[in-house]
Amino acid sequence: MFDYLYIVPLLPLLGFVINGIFRTRLSKGVVQTLAVGSVGLSFVFSVILFFKLLGLEPEHRLVEQVLFSWIPVGSLNLDIAFLLDPLSSVMIMVVSCVGFIIHVYSIGYMAHDPGIKRFFIYMNLFMFSMLTLVMSNNLILLFIGWEGVGLCSYLLIAFWFDKKSATDAGNKAFIVNRIGDFGFLLGGFIIFWAAGTFQFTELQHIAPEAFVFGGGLVTAATLLLLFGATGKSAQIPLYIWLPDAMEGPTPVSALIHAATMVTAGVYMLVRLNFLFLMAPTTMLVTAVIGCVTAFVAATIGLAQNDIKRVLAYSTISQLGYMMMACGVAAFTAGIFHLMTHAFFKALLFLGSGSVIHALSAEQDMRRMGGLKKSLPITYKTFLVGTLAITGIPLFSGFFSKDEILWKSFSSGHGHIIFWLVGVITAALTAFYMFRLLYLTFFGEGRYDRQTAEHIHESPKVMTMPLIILAVLSFVGGWVGIPHVLRGGAWFEKFLEPVMAHIPLSGHEVHHSSSLEYALMAITFVLVLVSIYLAYYLYRKNIDKVTSLRQSMEGLYRIILNKYYVDEFYGATIVRPVVNGSIFLWKIIDVFLIDGIANGLARLVGDMSETFRRMQTGYVRAYMTVFVVGAVVVIGFLVVR
Amino acid sequence: MTVPLDYYIILSAFLFAIGTIGVLVSRNMIIMFMAIEIMLNAGNLALIAFSRYLRIMDGHVFVFLVMTVAAAEAGVGLAIIIAIFRNRESVNADFLNLMKW
Repeated sequence: MFDYLYIVPLLPLLGFVINGIFRTRLSKGVVQTLAVGSVGLSFVFSVILFFKLLGLEPEHRLVEQVLFSWIPVGSLNLDIAFLLDPLSSVMIMVVSCVGFIIHVYSIGYMAHDPGIKRFFIYMNLFMFSMLTLVMSNNLILLFIGWEGVGLCSYLLIAFWFDKKSATDAGNKAFIVNRIGDFGFLLGGFIIFWAAGTFQFTELQHIAPEAFVFGGGLVTAATLLLLFGATGKSAQIPLYIWLPDAMEGPTPVSALIHAATMVTAGVYMLVRLNFLFLMAPTTMLVTAVIGCVTAFVAATIGLAQNDIKRVLAYSTISQLGYMMMACGVAAFTAGIFHLMTHAFFKALLFLGSGSVIHALSAEQDMRRMGGLKKSLPITYKTFLVGTLAITGIPLFSGFFSKDEILWKSFSSGHGHIIFWLVGVITAALTAFYMFRLLYLTFFGEGRYDRQTAEHIHESPKVMTMPLIILAVLSFVGGWVGIPHVLRGGAWFEKFLEPVMAHIPLSGHEVHHSSSLEYALMAITFVLVLVSIYLAYYLYRKNIDKVTSLRQSMEGLYRIILNKYYVDEFYGATIVRPVVNGSIFLWKIIDVFLIDGIANGLARLVGDMSETFRRMQTGYVRAYMTVFVVGAVVVIGFLVVR
Repeated sequence: MTVPLDYYIILSAFLFAIGTIGVLVSRNMIIMFMAIEIMLNAGNLALIAFSRYLRIMDGHVFVFLVMTVAAAEAGVGLAIIIAIFRNRESVNADFLNLMKW
């Protein structure tokens, strides 16, 4: 069975190739069936592989399959090879499961779009790239997947390419990601330079000898890789592309910009955990970046009016949690949150897609409201997603978020500040999510009559995925119930073999479980308070919002404009680059380089014009010159 | 009594100079042609003289070669001159100045 690892990414690739080549000849139905079916089969394979893996002893749960040697040059030997261990097993299940559900949903959501075939072709290519990314056994193949998902992200954000804002957003996402990728590559090169291999298992063995614990080399390499991760996983300083990426179709936002692709950075960090653990500085930077991103993005989310943008900032914020988890060496907690987040954020995005679908492409929450009655299934599933993300006990988000918060406090790499910011962020999350819920589903409808007549619950093909995701969002966290809540922490145990054990200098602090209960309670209470606050402001006294807004005019304006980060980058980076490019174009290229080339040509031309006068055409003139020349040469030779 | 080498060389030099000046001065291509023949024969004379002076036969071989070439050249050259004359009714070299810039 393990000989067929490659089947998992191969199936979507086949779907992509067949649909891509025969796009014009195949009917819409066939394209859909192939696209959805290939991803569905991939999911089935992933589950089978997962159970096969479970059948092995924990310490033997690592299977590699080398398909062929790709680039054997000197000491560099790159294989197209796949790796199945608990981490990649979890990842392929999450990716193919959520991917499959979203593919099914897309059938309904994109039904009336003329580009639906193209959509599914891109989606399959994305699934292939993503599965390659998480299954690769070396850094370079991972990078290929990494670039592949970036490409698909670009293609799908700019899916409606006749819309300027969409193509701009696509470009922005691609360019910002490229900046991060540059860091990734440099980090990879440092690793190869020091360790001589790209392969994860070999690297893990060599790392302790190749690198000095906390040394400059490993710190530089991991910091560069972290920079790559901030690009893909939308962290400070490169998070700016993700909110704009909402220009793409909603299933794309759900699949790529919430559930799977943006988690690639976190996955990479976890995959290379043995390296990051060797660089405490990087760990600290990771934790700080995650912590700050989580908080900043959550505050921006408070004031956004576009339903998808709120969710986008929420995604950035949740990714910040995952980063923070990695930074405090709680890699399992990061992956755990990655999984639950994939479920509930995909659910929330698909739910918002259902709302947008019902309201004839309206995305502004100020023109929604009261949809609870007309969209009952969407409302109920959305509520589940909201409860999951806010961290209400029993829902999946509670366990994963709590795990991260606890680790950020208790881990050797942790600090109470991380915990504090994390808890505040959790409260903010609860506030903006319930604000979204109340504005969208409660109160009076604020849409025009024409839209109101068209409101309808989405078809079954869209509501079924919502229901499945709602169930997953509810139960998804149960695999990782911590010991302190009488759980088995099964998830952590499963991922245990992947994690390196490099203790931080200094001793691990042991905390009592009563402290854990207390922290949990504090978080929960704060979350409840902010839910009540959202209820009070957006359900009961909606007019208070305006007065509150006026009383904090300045702050509100800053948050509404996302801290002017885009403007800041525009002024400090984009503008100088554009001006520099114009300078290079007009002065260096057109004036200098073209000037040199054209000037040389003209010089030669002018000289020829002069010298060709020497060709008189008179034989006797030539003879004279010839004789004089001969006399001079011979005279010179004689006299010398 | 043999004639010293110097005499031959001086004669050869004179002949060569006459040939050269002939080529440069005359406009008639036939005359130029003949002047070239004089130059070639000046060379031949020098070669024979050296060959005799040094008592080796290599010079003779060169002379035969030059004579052959001169004969061939005369054949081709005269043919060209005739062709030009048929075209232009003239053998004046200064009228043939089309091959210029």
